[in-house]
Amino acid sequence: MSFFFYAWDWVTTSAHWHGADSIPQQILAQLGYSALPLLIAALIAVPIGVVIGHTGRGAVVVVNLANAWRAIPTLGLLILLAVYLGFSTLTWLLPLVVLAIPPILVNVAEGVAGVDADVKDAAKGMGMTPWQQAIRVEVPIAMPLILVGLRTAAIFVVATATIAAYIGLGGLGRFIIDGLASSEYGPVAGGALLVVILAVLVLALFALLSRLAVPVGLRGQNQRDQ
Amino acid sequence: MMWSWIPGNWSLIWQLTRANAFLGIVSPLIGLAISVPLGIAAARWRWFYPPVLTVINIVYAVPALALFIALIPAYGLTNTPVVIALTAYSLCIIVPNVVAGLRAVPAPVRQAATAMGYGPLRRLITVELPLAVPVIIAGLRVAVVSSISLATVGQLIGVSSLGYLFVDGLQRSFPTEIYVGLFLIIALALICDLILVGLRRVLTPWAATRSGRLPAFAGLRSRALVPWAPLGRP
Repeated sequence: MSFFFYAWDWVTTSAHWHGADSIPQQILAQLGYSALPLLIAALIAVPIGVVIGHTGRGAVVVVNLANAWRAIPTLGLLILLAVYLGFSTLTWLLPLVVLAIPPILVNVAEGVAGVDADVKDAAKGMGMTPWQQAIRVEVPIAMPLILVGLRTAAIFVVATATIAAYIGLGGLGRFIIDGLASSEYGPVAGGALLVVILAVLVLALFALLSRLAVPVGLRGQNQRDQ
Repeated sequence: MMWSWIPGNWSLIWQLTRANAFLGIVSPLIGLAISVPLGIAAARWRWFYPPVLTVINIVYAVPALALFIALIPAYGLTNTPVVIALTAYSLCIIVPNVVAGLRAVPAPVRQAATAMGYGPLRRLITVELPLAVPVIIAGLRVAVVSSISLATVGQLIGVSSLGYLFVDGLQRSFPTEIYVGLFLIIALALICDLILVGLRRVLTPWAATRSGRLPAFAGLRSRALVPWAPLGRP
């Protein structure tokens, strides 16, 4: 009676695929709860990361942010906000956005800062403005690392959104948390299996993106950054 | 903040801190013990590393809560599922660092050792591994800090850790308890991190003088020192 037995048995029960709070609905909810914070975090972190990487200013802040980030227990942060605010959009969205920012910020800054100095000089020598240098030269070259940052953040957000079910968020975490509360292993295992599948699909999506978004000339070097 | 809660619950806090430290420290150490031979193999046989890296990326993408749950049928509601999951994540962080550390050993150093009559095994143990120590410890630091913080999620399947203070604080709407938990997790992670920095200084006295001159981004730029690729999870 392994994990997969329970999970498969639960996932393939047709009753779980229809009606309110069914599997398809919770998958859609989980996608929404994951995509929104990731999008907001990317809109904030990518421009700041490009500026930090391009100017080299604020690198120390970024390094310390990266170190502090790992030590923060997200469960504690979610619960702290829930105690003060009750359950609202802000309760889950704010920590997810804030915590998705560091991996994106650091990788964008690192990628842009790591662009070969000769390439930067060439761009400047061609008469490009700093803006053009950043957008047309540095960002495309940094794209493998930028995608690593977005991927890290995406995986992080999917996992945290699952845990946020504990403070009342919908999505696949609901099956896990509700199942744990009522001591039923079926939905717990089924929910966990679906979360794992979703996480692996996110990985696959980013593998595909890195094929599409990385400039042709850089593709041979991808493996270095994986 | 209700400060009086802290002395009144001292024994509970101490017990949870110890449980959390156990989960967060033992798992990366087991991970280290497995990572070193695995990393040596991956550094030696190049074909071996890409498949290892793929597995690492996939394992690292699995959310902790889901991994804990998947291990419950086999190991029950004990510490074991949490220790195994945290060990797996630690492996994902440390193995790439072992490989990067060994690959970063300059070829002339290796050649000099060979020229002095060192066999492959003696060269590995007395020359290459010591030179890789700073990079390996950098990986261990990340693994320890994230494991300490991640262990709290085990509370959701009932495995005791400082996460108990979060869960209990939510049920009682009592922020003090949550603040104490957050503070202790971060303090524990910081103390372990400092101990590992000290250990690195002791083990590699030759590296201390050079690190002062690194430019600000150097630590970030080398994949080896701050492995952002496999990083961070709740």
